[in-house]
Amino acid sequence: MTTNILIVGGGLSGTIIANGLCRRLGKQLRRGEVAITMIGTSDTHMYQPGLLYVPFGKFRESELFRDQRKVLDRRVPYFVDPATKIDAESKSVTTQSGKVLKYDYLVIATGSRIVPQSIPGMAEGAHWFYDLDGARKMRDALDAFEGGKIVVNVNAPHKCPVAPLEITFMLYDYLTERGLMDKTEITYTYPIGRLHALEPVAQWAQPEMDRVGIKYETFFNTKEVHPEDKTIESEEGVTLPYDMLVTIPPHMGAEVITDSDLGAGGWVPTDKTKLTREGSTDIFVCGDTTNIPISKAGSTAHFEADVVVENLTSLITEDRWAKDYDGKVFCFIETGMNNGTYVWFNYATPPNPGPPTQMIHWFKLAYNRLYWLSAKGLL
Amino acid sequence: MSERMKVDARGAFCPGPLMELIAALKLIEVGDEVELLSTDEGTAKDVPVWCDKVGHELVSSENSDDHWSLIIRKSK
Ligand SMILES: Cc1cc2nc3c(=O)[nH]c(=O)nc-3n(C[C@H](O)[C@H](O)[C@H](O)COP(=O)(O)OP(=O)(O)OC[C@H]3O[C@@H](n4cnc5c(N)ncnc54)[C@H](O)[C@@H]3O)c2cc1C
Repeated sequence: MTTNILIVGGGLSGTIIANGLCRRLGKQLRRGEVAITMIGTSDTHMYQPGLLYVPFGKFRESELFRDQRKVLDRRVPYFVDPATKIDAESKSVTTQSGKVLKYDYLVIATGSRIVPQSIPGMAEGAHWFYDLDGARKMRDALDAFEGGKIVVNVNAPHKCPVAPLEITFMLYDYLTERGLMDKTEITYTYPIGRLHALEPVAQWAQPEMDRVGIKYETFFNTKEVHPEDKTIESEEGVTLPYDMLVTIPPHMGAEVITDSDLGAGGWVPTDKTKLTREGSTDIFVCGDTTNIPISKAGSTAHFEADVVVENLTSLITEDRWAKDYDGKVFCFIETGMNNGTYVWFNYATPPNPGPPTQMIHWFKLAYNRLYWLSAKGLL
Repeated sequence: MSERMKVDARGAFCPGPLMELIAALKLIEVGDEVELLSTDEGTAKDVPVWCDKVGHELVSSENSDDHWSLIIRKSK
């Protein structure tokens, strides 16, 4: 009898899980006792944090991508055939090409996606860097930018909580370098009553923005963008004019999750320590697509993936659970073109970032390259 | 009958209870409610302030031993 593990989604967490399982279950794979299969949406794997640098022309597009089959252990067959329906009752997944794949264990790792179209006028009026097409368009707009009002607008929910601050300070450095900052006003908007979800990060960011003259508007949840008169309006009743609007659009989980009735908004209700779908013991959920109230970030996906690997291995080989996820998140934060800091926390320990240093900035740049080792399961 | 969605944001530092509430309100219909659980002291102050600004109704706010429980009705 072969135990079939099906992984839906070949992004960061799906790939770490597949590669980790291959290392732990080598013997079982060789004997045919276990089979691991992955389905995804594309032949290539994109390094998403690299998108942050694309608008500034600081990351070559070719460096963003690797061949997914090369990142993945060769013992895992990979099919570009997106899941269209997940059926927990019959333990099967239907794909776009019409195949029905049966599983003993399912890993849902379908991530999150931006939905600018969910806010009137946003897709037409705003720039973003959360996908390659958007980052390219933002690069062209920045190239042509000659000064004026820039609004950096943050919407909930979104992945990578630090990217909005990073892009704001990077914009400031970039425009200063181009000699445009004295003709430019940057306004940063944030959904809650401070500049960042993490209180210590917000406390650091505010004096930093004051120091360089970046304006901010808190309690700003976007109601509508009006591209024709270049304004953005909040639910709270504030309207800001812009010459260039950079948005972090709201996110949702993958369509297959909502289409399969597995969770409102595409977020799968997930046990916060076991990382199983609530009510299932054979469905693991990992990365952005969980509904766990913590940061949707690569490091979250990585730490969660490690726990899923340990538990799946133990369940298959010893019929027991090995490990709980403790809510750990770790983030590097770029605080300009030449500085950086980091922060970590878990369910029980609050975050406490140190002061920005040059060294940490270089470490983040190195991490940009190390991502691939991490996906391969070597870190 | 209005529906109530439960958001358990106890022990959540980032993005935190208010952001979870904002995200949850996008998923429900006007007239439906969110029950938000939080261990963060700031939540009991921030949530009413925000509801007031936006125009959602704070139905109740209760403090038990170790957490707050707030019920918010989506009003627009
Ligand atoms: C601009 C930007 C900067 C970022 N910076 C950082 C950073 O500095 N640090 C950090 O920790 N994180 C960062 N992140 C966040 C990080 O990239 C994500 O949180 C992480 O990739 C989540 O991993 P995941 O496996 O859940 O999802 P993903 O890596 O997004 O993978 C999901 C995969 O599922 C696939 N999929 C979707 N639907 C289906 C389907 N129906 N069938 C099959 N496959 C499907 C998708 O194609 C995708 O490959 C950043 C993200 C962005 C966009």
